[in-house]
Amino acid sequence: MGILDRFFKSHGPDWGVHPDDHKRPAADAPLRTLPVPEKLYIPMQQHVGGPARPVVLVGQAVLKGQLLAEAQGNISAPIHAPTSGRVVAIGEITAPHPSGLAQLAITLASDGNDTWGERQPVVDPFSLSPAEIAKRTAAAGVVGLGGATFPSAVKFNLGKRLKVSTLIVNGGECEPYLSSDDCLMRYRASEVVDGLRIIMHAIGAGDALVGIEENKPEAIAAMKLAAEPFGNVRICPVPARYPMGSDKQLIQTLTGKEVPADARAAEVGVLVHNVSTCAAVHRALRLGEPLIERIVTVNGGAVATPGNVFAPLGARVADLLGFTGLTQEPARLILGGPMMGTLLPHATIPIVKGASGILAFDAREARVPEAGACIRCGSCTRACPMGLLPLEMANHIRAGDLEGALRYELSDCIACGCCAYVCPAHIPLVQYFSHAKGELSARERSKLRNAATRRLVEQRLARLERETREKAAAAAKRKAERDAAKARAAGTSVTEASP
Amino acid sequence: MSNTLRPPLVAAPYAVTPHNVSRVMLWVAAALAPATVFGFWLYGWPAVHLWLITIGFSLFGEALCLRLMQRAAIPVLLDGSALLTGWLLALSLPPWAPWWLGAFGGLFATIIGKQVFGGLGQNLFNPAMVARVALLISFPAAMTVWVAPLPLTNPAAPGFIDGLRITMGGLPAAFDGVTSATMLGHAKTELSRGIDLAHSLVTVGAPADDLSGARAGSLGETASVLLAGGGLLLLVLRIITWHIPVAMLTAIAIPALIFHAIDPTRYLSTASHLLSGGAMLGAFFIATDYVTSPNTRLGQLLFGAGVGFLTYVIRTWGGYPEGVAFAVLLMNALTPVIDRYLKPRIYGRDRRGKALEIAEESTS
Amino acid sequence: MLIAILSLTLLGSLLGLGLGVAAKKFHVEGDPLTAEIEALMPGSNCGQCGFPGCPGAAAAIADGSAPVTVCPPGGKALAQALAAKLGISIDLGEVADQGPQIAAVAEEICIGCCRCIKVCPTDAILGAAKQIHNVIREACTGCGNCIDRCPTEAMTMQPVPVTLQHWIWPKPEMVGA
Ligand code: SF4
Ligand code: SF4
Repeated sequence: MGILDRFFKSHGPDWGVHPDDHKRPAADAPLRTLPVPEKLYIPMQQHVGGPARPVVLVGQAVLKGQLLAEAQGNISAPIHAPTSGRVVAIGEITAPHPSGLAQLAITLASDGNDTWGERQPVVDPFSLSPAEIAKRTAAAGVVGLGGATFPSAVKFNLGKRLKVSTLIVNGGECEPYLSSDDCLMRYRASEVVDGLRIIMHAIGAGDALVGIEENKPEAIAAMKLAAEPFGNVRICPVPARYPMGSDKQLIQTLTGKEVPADARAAEVGVLVHNVSTCAAVHRALRLGEPLIERIVTVNGGAVATPGNVFAPLGARVADLLGFTGLTQEPARLILGGPMMGTLLPHATIPIVKGASGILAFDAREARVPEAGACIRCGSCTRACPMGLLPLEMANHIRAGDLEGALRYELSDCIACGCCAYVCPAHIPLVQYFSHAKGELSARERSKLRNAATRRLVEQRLARLERETREKAAAAAKRKAERDAAKARAAGTSVTEASP
Repeated sequence: MSNTLRPPLVAAPYAVTPHNVSRVMLWVAAALAPATVFGFWLYGWPAVHLWLITIGFSLFGEALCLRLMQRAAIPVLLDGSALLTGWLLALSLPPWAPWWLGAFGGLFATIIGKQVFGGLGQNLFNPAMVARVALLISFPAAMTVWVAPLPLTNPAAPGFIDGLRITMGGLPAAFDGVTSATMLGHAKTELSRGIDLAHSLVTVGAPADDLSGARAGSLGETASVLLAGGGLLLLVLRIITWHIPVAMLTAIAIPALIFHAIDPTRYLSTASHLLSGGAMLGAFFIATDYVTSPNTRLGQLLFGAGVGFLTYVIRTWGGYPEGVAFAVLLMNALTPVIDRYLKPRIYGRDRRGKALEIAEESTS
Repeated sequence: MLIAILSLTLLGSLLGLGLGVAAKKFHVEGDPLTAEIEALMPGSNCGQCGFPGCPGAAAAIADGSAPVTVCPPGGKALAQALAAKLGISIDLGEVADQGPQIAAVAEEICIGCCRCIKVCPTDAILGAAKQIHNVIREACTGCGNCIDRCPTEAMTMQPVPVTLQHWIWPKPEMVGA
């Protein structure tokens, strides 16, 4: 039956892909700590939403954990000093972004002492009100560490408002090469479990499901042990299939629920948080430590000793690669995983909150196969976890018909990269989609702008018209006055003359 | 670590499947090889020559078009699709057919069947089948001269030079005796002459013979077992999915079962249907052509079933003894329609694309 | 024979039907309506194109009497969008385009003459007599009307910088084209 099973039964989900995961041996290497580099470069935008606004001055001495920049707007996050030292510059540096454009950042020169500033630990976070937990989480600058970097406290409040019943903890980590969440769960399972229980308290969820891919048996064992005392926290091994770590797919696998299009997960009663976020919440509440460090997987063919490194935010990619050593000049640097990560223009770019990994690929891994013509094999359609038709969308985008692509629900695409991964013709499908999404939002912006311009033009015309009217009225009035004066003068003369 | 790495701007994903187009095509060719070699053994040198000529001309046709469009021909030829088209066409021709049949067919397949539409991926119809049908309609006589198997090991079989003479000059009188009809063709002619199957099939191979494949027919209709084996290889390699072959064979088998049960003297048995003609070749290698078949699982089931059913209908009631080519072309024409209406359901939406309702929390 | 003719006829008509449906399916919509084009235009009616405002230019582009490159403030981006809308190909090399630009006042040399204010179609310039003027970035459409009015050349056009928020992935190179 074995052979037949292979064809006729699907194993687990019928979407997604199964790339070579390359997680080991990096995942099994012991966690190392990066010594604090001499200088840290701390970008002001490490999260979704408004960039943080610096509250320190150049030359100012700061302590570890001290606020460097405050949140700006409703959706934003503050940024803290990863070590003690002196602010040496506030200016633009290259952003961790494929464009290589600049971004505002604070440069901090370490004083080598790593002295903590004031911390306010809470002995019993469960005695705090949910609002207070959200406030402290926000103040600690905690954002979603799975890669989305959405401010966590905003999500807590949303969950509370929409009466979420189940907290889903994402320990999927389906991206190949990465093992930072795996490492965290192996070494700090109790922190993760404590953090997720605090989150449950903050959003009022009755139970929690922790989804961990089956290819991480050590993490599953450690988490099971840590969660044992708590009946409402369940550790659920899930099939190892990319993109299992995508919120929507994990929700579907764990609860069978589907998040309706254009709706939020909270609207179907679940909220997803990443395991690293849980640990960060634990530290923020129990230890009063803001988010200033994280575990980063350093992996790839060009790395001499691949593994997980505990690093302060703001350390540069070059610092990390120098620490782990390189066997050769990397042919490509990626921040995050190979499926959805960000291409880095060079290595003098800092680690940010959402940086789960640094991949330094050798020439073989970085090879980009020549794109050919679509052979309509349908692999992309079968792989798409959202059930979209990537080839049709790409065809329309290629022809410049972005609206046509939208009719195929381009906006539902989660940019997971499954389609481009499986495409035997190596068509850069995701780049088509990213281009189209960017172009569409640019058009939306320019439409809004055009409308605003038109309003301004109308207002100006109205003003000009009013001014001419007023001028005319004033002139008419003056004329009338003159006429009246004249008439009066004439009248007197007439009366004088008539008798 | 240099500061000026500046890699070419490529978007994620930075991992790619080990599959690629030429590899897919070459595996398909490999899966075809055993059946082809068996066919060579069965029909001797003329078949080899014809096979070479057909493939050669389909490659030439492709190269010619690319040249005319001022594009480099070599990389496109290397993707293997023209090779496969020519190969499949060769497998569907009478093995001792004259050279110009293969040449014309090969050119027709890649030029009219494929490049006119815009090349790989753009053609609506399976190029090999377009060419086969064009040949069948234009040269019905030449396309229906079949020879009885004359294995290479047989001393009467034509040698290399004789084989070349057959392919280049037509059938010499010396080999006149070997012409024969295919099983399906024979059954059809006899039926139309009023001789029922019970009698007519006595002279031709029955299903038992079919398994070994030693009977008159094209290269690709004799070795059913080898073809099915090749198909299984493609399934194991996940180059094709089971949907089209299974649906197609089932859709041939079921009506065959019913009608054979009703009147065995008029309707061929299921086994004869499945093991003869282009059923196996069609199910595993032709109907599964990526370009001209639907992309979704459901669409593929429908497509396969359509091809199978039409094949049965044409074979049984149509004017031609064999219907796979016509059935494939007909369903090719329907593929865009199938693709349009049988889209996969999008996550978070219903089949019509409307966002799902937000379900009320039933628990808690 | 009859059966053969019938089945071939059937085949032909079915194929024809299929082709027809396919042609419909693959037909990519494109209706270059003046209104749609107008929606793409900057809308400041600056008159640099020589037509009576954006609606005039849109009508001219729609009926083909003006090239898609007619609008200087729109630049390359607009020309591209228009070309895509009309389904034509253009040589972007000819479009003199420094990317989108907006006006800026050099504060040291502005004398507060108020001349620029009068010609701005969107009232994007702030200022009063004998005061330094300034441009509201959000309201400036980059039409450039004000530049020549300035007696001291304090008014210049500056490119709008591309920011992280506005950066767009380039469209992949076409395969084999
Ligand atoms: S279309 Fe979007 S969601 Fe679907 S596989 Fe491609 S990238 Fe993923
Ligand atoms: S996977 Fe690539 S070749 Fe296959 S249908 Fe999709 S886009 Fe075309």
